[in-house]
Amino acid sequence: MTAQARPPTAAACPGCLAAPAEAVREGPKDARIALSLPTIHCQACISAVERGLNAHPGVKDARVNLTLKRAMIDADAGLSADDLIPVLAGLGYEAHELDPGALSATQSDKAGRDLLIRLAVAGFASMNVMLLSVSVWSGATDATRDLFHWISAVITLPAIAYSAQPFFRNAWEALSVRRLNMDVPIVLAIVLALATSLWETTLSGEHAYFDAALALTFFLLAGRYLDYRTRAIARSAAQELAALEVPRAVRVIDGVEQEVAVADLAVGDLVLVRPGGRMPADGAVVDGRSELDRSLLTGETLPVFAEPGLAVSAGEVNLTGPLTIRASAVGEDTSLHRMADLLAIAESGRSRYTSLADAAAKLYAPGVHILAGLSFVGWYLWSGDLRVALNIAAAVLIITCPCALGLAVPAVTTAASGRLFKKGMLIKHATALERLAQIDTVMFDKTGTLTAGTPELTNLGEFSRRELEIALALAGASAHPLSVSLAGAGQEAGIIPAEVQDVTEVPGYGIEGNWHGQAVRLGRAGWVGADQGEQTAVWLSVGASVPRAFLFTDALRPGAADAVRALQEAGKDVLLISGDATGAVRRLAETLHIGTWEAEALPEDKAARIAALGKAGHKVLMVGDGLNDTAALAAADVSISPASALDAARVASDIVLLGRDLAPIAEACEVAEKATKRIRENFRIATVYNVIAVPLAVAGLATPLIAALAMSASSITVSLNALRLR
Amino acid sequence: MTILTYLIPISLTLGAIGLVGFVYTVRSNQYDDPEGDSRRILSDEWDDHPKP
Repeated sequence: MTAQARPPTAAACPGCLAAPAEAVREGPKDARIALSLPTIHCQACISAVERGLNAHPGVKDARVNLTLKRAMIDADAGLSADDLIPVLAGLGYEAHELDPGALSATQSDKAGRDLLIRLAVAGFASMNVMLLSVSVWSGATDATRDLFHWISAVITLPAIAYSAQPFFRNAWEALSVRRLNMDVPIVLAIVLALATSLWETTLSGEHAYFDAALALTFFLLAGRYLDYRTRAIARSAAQELAALEVPRAVRVIDGVEQEVAVADLAVGDLVLVRPGGRMPADGAVVDGRSELDRSLLTGETLPVFAEPGLAVSAGEVNLTGPLTIRASAVGEDTSLHRMADLLAIAESGRSRYTSLADAAAKLYAPGVHILAGLSFVGWYLWSGDLRVALNIAAAVLIITCPCALGLAVPAVTTAASGRLFKKGMLIKHATALERLAQIDTVMFDKTGTLTAGTPELTNLGEFSRRELEIALALAGASAHPLSVSLAGAGQEAGIIPAEVQDVTEVPGYGIEGNWHGQAVRLGRAGWVGADQGEQTAVWLSVGASVPRAFLFTDALRPGAADAVRALQEAGKDVLLISGDATGAVRRLAETLHIGTWEAEALPEDKAARIAALGKAGHKVLMVGDGLNDTAALAAADVSISPASALDAARVASDIVLLGRDLAPIAEACEVAEKATKRIRENFRIATVYNVIAVPLAVAGLATPLIAALAMSASSITVSLNALRLR
Repeated sequence: MTILTYLIPISLTLGAIGLVGFVYTVRSNQYDDPEGDSRRILSDEWDDHPKP
């Protein structure tokens, strides 16, 4: 995972830092294999991994990226990640395969680079112009002043034409749909400042605002870049999550198995899904018997029996026996339907929210224009001098220009996102923190969110030692999650498996064997001759005796109880809503002291419930992981999903929990509230500066020196205030 | 004041060299792996001859 606390850089000899030890070299150009290496952390790791990989036959080039904890490998066509993972495991490094296709966007981070170069140009130009301006402010006159102004103009005009392009573009986009955004006053201020300064310069005037126009561009670009970086980090981590699920399927053609990318599957293909594998496409079972875990799609914890003819959908997990399915919908079609519905709901939910910055811009933009316009008209009428009036209007625009406003939000969100990232939370959406700060109701999904999705045996004590010994012997022969849990619980209790002969697993049903001449079976209710209750269970039958049930409940996710308690203590309503059976949901609600719960909810029910709460004036946080939650995740005011969630659910949510622990949720709410408070504080600081400086500007007392001081001072105060959040 | 005709071009040139240098480092991916690069210089693996 990319969630790393940055260790202090090892500075062994400061002199070495000057000379790069190795020529600058890009990673392998056409890297075919990407591996995630979550445990690497030092120079020795880099060398060991690169040496180990490069020594492996077939590897042409391997390069480790320590910042992203990733290795990119260029290798011969025959080599796959499965060949290299054991090599790294032998060296002592955990490695996971990543899908290089899903990572491509991080590789060419063009937008970020572009912004950085614009920032550098604006910085370079503003430093030079500032130096020239300092000489002017300290008393240069006549020809010297004119020379300095002309040189400033020569530097400023091309620098602004290049580096302020993002603002020009945004302002034009807003104006072309007849709207005002923050960029319109910015562009107007820059253009007006340049025009009046140029005019003043040609007339050998005293005041030129070239330095102010450049400083403005520089500070605002810094805000944009911070904003961009915060989102780029989140995006790259989110991409890594997506890339960890390498989409592969086994296609069967004329009895020959062949591993292909899921994207290459076609409708009508026969696909083999091994036990433990996820369905790569929608389709119908044509061969094999097994059980299916549908909890990610429906929230149901009871496994479903699968036999030829059963329709399956992508995302379900095959539990016991190999299944062959005939694909009926592949790739985009399987998830696209759901995503399309979901996005329609998401649009209506999210677009209602206006970010604090937009709200401020809405108040601010017309106010500034009116103020500048009034001072222009006022001075023109009073003095009758167009030049003076235009000069003062430009000064008003520059002094009120939202330098601090442009930094107020990005500086705070960068600090807050950085802090939450260290706690294992990934903020994906720009306004997620602001929305999180407003919530008063938290809605949890059950399966996979509050529970870990791993079954836990509850009634071990009800069985005799003899029965347990037999059950353990049978359970040991299967990889079914319930068997694994049963075997684990038995071993912990010190049970030694009985000697059972001829143990065979019957896929989809259970395990049978022969114990002292009696037939013993462990498996589904119907198979051993019992009635399936509402709780997850496996049944044990010994000979002709009445079958008995081992009951299971879903284990709680670590931190679930803490998170629920902390949220309740913070005065938030906590609700539980699940697609699972009533009994299971009621038990969990009682364990966690959640008063309001709803069971057997369909995906539409969840979304409808959220919509109803929203209508009643509540702000809802939805925490969920399954496909059945996606509509609810998109409809809620803000949503969180764990890293183990389906891709579709992660896409629909604003925040992703990287670890297994749920406890950071309560803390995230607290940080979000603090961050919003800081943003409002920053707006207030910026306003105070304006209240002091604007009367000076309107009165015609503002000089370029005062403009530069007010601008820098407010920008720096705002940034420092944001850093207090760390 | 004629000294300005030398000093201003010199200061602008020096600044421009810095800017061009920075643009070069951005273009050649030198900020892709800041942590790894800061550690790679500690390795003596390719001290005697460059990596083939």
